[in-house]
Amino acid sequence: MTMRLAVDVILWSTVCIVGFFCFRRSPTIFRKAVKDGAVDFVTVIPRIAIGVIGSGYIAAVVPQELITSWLGPETGWYGILAATIAGALTPGGAVIGFSIGAVALKSGAGFPHIIAYVVAWALFAFQRVLIWEIPFMPARFVWFRAAVSVPFPFLAAGVAMLLGKT
Amino acid sequence: MARLHAAARTSKTNVQATNPQPNRKRLSEDTRLTDVRTQDDAAAPAEVADVPTGEGASPSKELLPLKRRKRRKPFNWSTALIATLVAISATLVYRRNGLPGLTDIFFHDAELFGGILPRMLAGCTLGAFVSEMLPQDKVSRALGANSGFRGLVIGTAFGALLPGGPFTAYPVASALLTIGADFGAVIAMVTAWVLIGYGRAISWELPILGTDFTVWRIITCLPIPVLAGALGRFFYIRLAHRLKLGDLTRAEP
Repeated sequence: MTMRLAVDVILWSTVCIVGFFCFRRSPTIFRKAVKDGAVDFVTVIPRIAIGVIGSGYIAAVVPQELITSWLGPETGWYGILAATIAGALTPGGAVIGFSIGAVALKSGAGFPHIIAYVVAWALFAFQRVLIWEIPFMPARFVWFRAAVSVPFPFLAAGVAMLLGKT
Repeated sequence: MARLHAAARTSKTNVQATNPQPNRKRLSEDTRLTDVRTQDDAAAPAEVADVPTGEGASPSKELLPLKRRKRRKPFNWSTALIATLVAISATLVYRRNGLPGLTDIFFHDAELFGGILPRMLAGCTLGAFVSEMLPQDKVSRALGANSGFRGLVIGTAFGALLPGGPFTAYPVASALLTIGADFGAVIAMVTAWVLIGYGRAISWELPILGTDFTVWRIITCLPIPVLAGALGRFFYIRLAHRLKLGDLTRAEP
């Protein structure tokens, strides 16, 4: 909790510092930036609201055990592939993603598998891509970025294997 | 690169008009996408020439990223998709748990949303400041298509150090795209933010998955942002024309 407060403080301090320099350079540009930011904020609200407020329902419908079961049985690269797909399909926010990883780790899933799972979830969890990334970024960029990211859960898992973390 | 943009922006000459020659240095930092780089440029070729994409590099002319700030839509297909998913899930929750199940989740998530709102405002404002403040020529030199390995490292460092959650990272990344950063550098930035950014790691991963896992996970992920950026740049240069990635302004529905 305190950590999140600290991150908030850093965030707002950054905004204030950048805003201060902007104002010093030109109050006109400052006003324009504040207006642009506010307009963006207001236009994006409905999309984010639907996503964030609705994400709990999606998370409640997709049972966590289903995803955990993807992380257990298969070993080797098939297991990594299953973990990557599970990561991409995991609904909900950070708590759910990391909790599923923690549960799977405790119930005997391999370290590289959980690495692949967390990396895949970070890179292309469908819900974050749809709720957060697409409203703010050009859709083509988002798809392109996701496509380019496909090899990396495997790479991270491979590095973890090489480092002897099994 | 700047010259290319000039044509599109000849409508707003006020900044240049009120600030004649002697202020050019300051002006160049003031100048923004919405402002103009006018005929002044002819008299100051040095400033323009050091943007390496200028001549000869024919592919990069069309590979310019977004040139102006696009308006975001309050609703589009991705929202429709999510809304459909939410509606289906909510119906299933209602049939399984009844009304209390429905309202419990609603109030929990509404509270979460309330907490996110001010941060979203911070993120959007930061994105707007970034796109107003950073001079386009410098951004395209530092993070543009020809910024090389250094550009990818800068993008990575920027993503790793950026405070806040998705409400900050995506508006700022979008702002960078509009002011001259290329796909590669922005991919490096976004990837660095999701994989080695400290915000999520400290507040969620560390407490839930433990220090050992988190540290190892971050170590294995360290090279990924630069690699992803390099891969992105590699494919972008080859596929941009085929996938029409260049004209993002028109591509966005």
